Amino acid sequence: MKIHEYQGKAILASAGVPVPKGKVAFTVDEAVAAGKELGFPVVVKAQIHAGGRGKGGGVKLAKSAEECAQIAGKMLGMTLVTHQTGPEGRVVKRLLIEQGMDLDGAKEMYLAVLVDRASGAPVFMASAQGGMDIEEVAAKDPKAILKEVIDPAVGFAAFQARKLAFGLGLPAAVVPKAVALMQGVYRAFEQVDASLLEINPFLITKAGEVFALDAKVNFDDNALYRHPDCEAMRDLDEESPLEVEASKHSLNYIKLDGGNVGCMVNGAGLAMATMDIIKLAGGSPANFLDVGGGANADQIKNAFRILLADADVKAVLINIFGGILRCDVLAEGVIAAVKELHVNVPVVVRMKGNNEDQGKEMLNGSGLAFTTADDMMEAAQKVVAVAGGAR
Amino acid sequence: MSVLCGKDTRLVVQGMGKHGTFHAKGCRDYGTNVVGGVTPGKGGTTVEGFPLFDTVGEAVEKAGANTSVIFVPPPGAADAIMEAADAGIPLIVCITEGIPVLDMVKAAKYLAGKKTRLVGPNCPGIISPGERCKIGIMPGHIHMGGPVGVVSRSGTLTYEAVGQLTALGIGQSSCLGIGGDPIIGTNHTDALRLFNEDPATEAIVMIGEIGGSAEEEAAEYVKAHVKKPVIGFIAGQTAPPGRRMGHAGAIISGGKGTADEKMKAMRDAGIRVVKSPAEIGQAVKEALGR
Repeated sequence: MKIHEYQGKAILASAGVPVPKGKVAFTVDEAVAAGKELGFPVVVKAQIHAGGRGKGGGVKLAKSAEECAQIAGKMLGMTLVTHQTGPEGRVVKRLLIEQGMDLDGAKEMYLAVLVDRASGAPVFMASAQGGMDIEEVAAKDPKAILKEVIDPAVGFAAFQARKLAFGLGLPAAVVPKAVALMQGVYRAFEQVDASLLEINPFLITKAGEVFALDAKVNFDDNALYRHPDCEAMRDLDEESPLEVEASKHSLNYIKLDGGNVGCMVNGAGLAMATMDIIKLAGGSPANFLDVGGGANADQIKNAFRILLADADVKAVLINIFGGILRCDVLAEGVIAAVKELHVNVPVVVRMKGNNEDQGKEMLNGSGLAFTTADDMMEAAQKVVAVAGGAR
Repeated sequence: MSVLCGKDTRLVVQGMGKHGTFHAKGCRDYGTNVVGGVTPGKGGTTVEGFPLFDTVGEAVEKAGANTSVIFVPPPGAADAIMEAADAGIPLIVCITEGIPVLDMVKAAKYLAGKKTRLVGPNCPGIISPGERCKIGIMPGHIHMGGPVGVVSRSGTLTYEAVGQLTALGIGQSSCLGIGGDPIIGTNHTDALRLFNEDPATEAIVMIGEIGGSAEEEAAEYVKAHVKKPVIGFIAGQTAPPGRRMGHAGAIISGGKGTADEKMKAMRDAGIRVVKSPAEIGQAVKEALGR
């Protein structure tokens, strides 16, 4: 789960990390009131769940109440397009009004904590090249990124933070402040079970003060159950409505652009493999949809509803390997859903495993126009053909 | 022969709730020697004929358990792993899906330096069909004994591959589901090493997916050490970057962990990589010269 910058900064502030003073605003009046309270100049920052906002016109300096009102008025409701939003962009509904920082002579660096698969532990990363896309830095100059692996039993030790701070070339007088900031960042990471906490840029002012000028916090979805306060920060406006609907029914659904074959599969690996084989058969998958290892009739109905809500879907492929789930139970669910929801696109069903023959007989005897297939390639070819052929 | 699970397995089931008990019966019905279950507070009672113990240590002491399978729900699963390791269990198979990653970081650290091997979490388990031993949730009836070792990050996709093999009359030595999480106990390289050293395994099927670099590392191992034919498939060739494809570990991030990179590394190591998941069985058949 992702959250907005202002929410991330609140988490950092509560862990003792210095952040610029700021307030969230949902209206122009709130924006102006926040600006007056903080004192001008202020920075008006569009709050969407995507990076690259500055380049897209989502970060502006306001020197007066009038200017603040004018900028906020333009920004609220605008569709912000950045390299992370895709061409459709995101509508701005919230603003962060923030105290303007003196950037004259200041340095911008990069800090992040994430769980590293290779070392099986959290890693603290730092780079003197802040404000840039860190992936570019990693690709061009991997040595420019410093790393400290964290022992979970010990936590992020002060000496590790010092190594990073000196490694970044910070002046000795700034190092203690940077160390305190970094340790606060790690505390926040651990406290909320983040999967990624990124400060880009990490600001060092000419006067030697340190601030987290931006904050990106992604949560570990598996740990949200123990952080109801974090879960409450979820902004459904930032998520695809169909994906939100799917998650309510414990379905894992991801819409893919440009596809026309809806897929319903049990298990994440098989679901990905089914997308792959549709492509190999010359077609294009419209989605990833995992109904889980032991899907029931209700879930199949909900899955159909979500698939068919996507107008791009011209045919549906159901690929189920019945391990624990029996194919006759699946067939019953599919027949009921097709009848009840008046499904009017072609449906190709491929099922394997427990009671497979019985399931097939039920589909064929249902009086509904199912196409069945024995193996994955046959199923993919059939569904691509009925979806309008290869393209 | 087989790897990790077989005739000598004495299995204890941690988390004998509805789910755990259902699969404990499934394992026993398949032929696994299930010596009991652990549910704190229920020690001394039985359920479905399984003696229950309060602690894993008690199951080791009184029932001689040497393998544990974990069905404990996510909030307590990492603790269950550590308890089994503390009790000296040499092989732990964790089925539980959805364990917080920082909990797994601690459990992995706890296991470091101990002799315990962890398989999973978020995996279907291990099965050795020739020895009628199953530790996990896979459908036993699709398997048959034979010379092919299978290692995979996913559940139903493994069943798909196994189904193809069995349909072609090609049996399996062991099938090992290593799990779809970012932090797992036994990785592809570990599994390949086990199969490489198992005399009964003549060919190895390796099923990977997008995310991380475990497949690339395994390919290095294959290049350096494995003479047996290895057949590979990577799921997620059409997955968009930045989206988590079901498994917590299946995500292309920062341009890394793509299917193309993995397939290239595997081909360079001499692995026969199939592009289509429907061709896994046939590729094994050809590799075995049948």
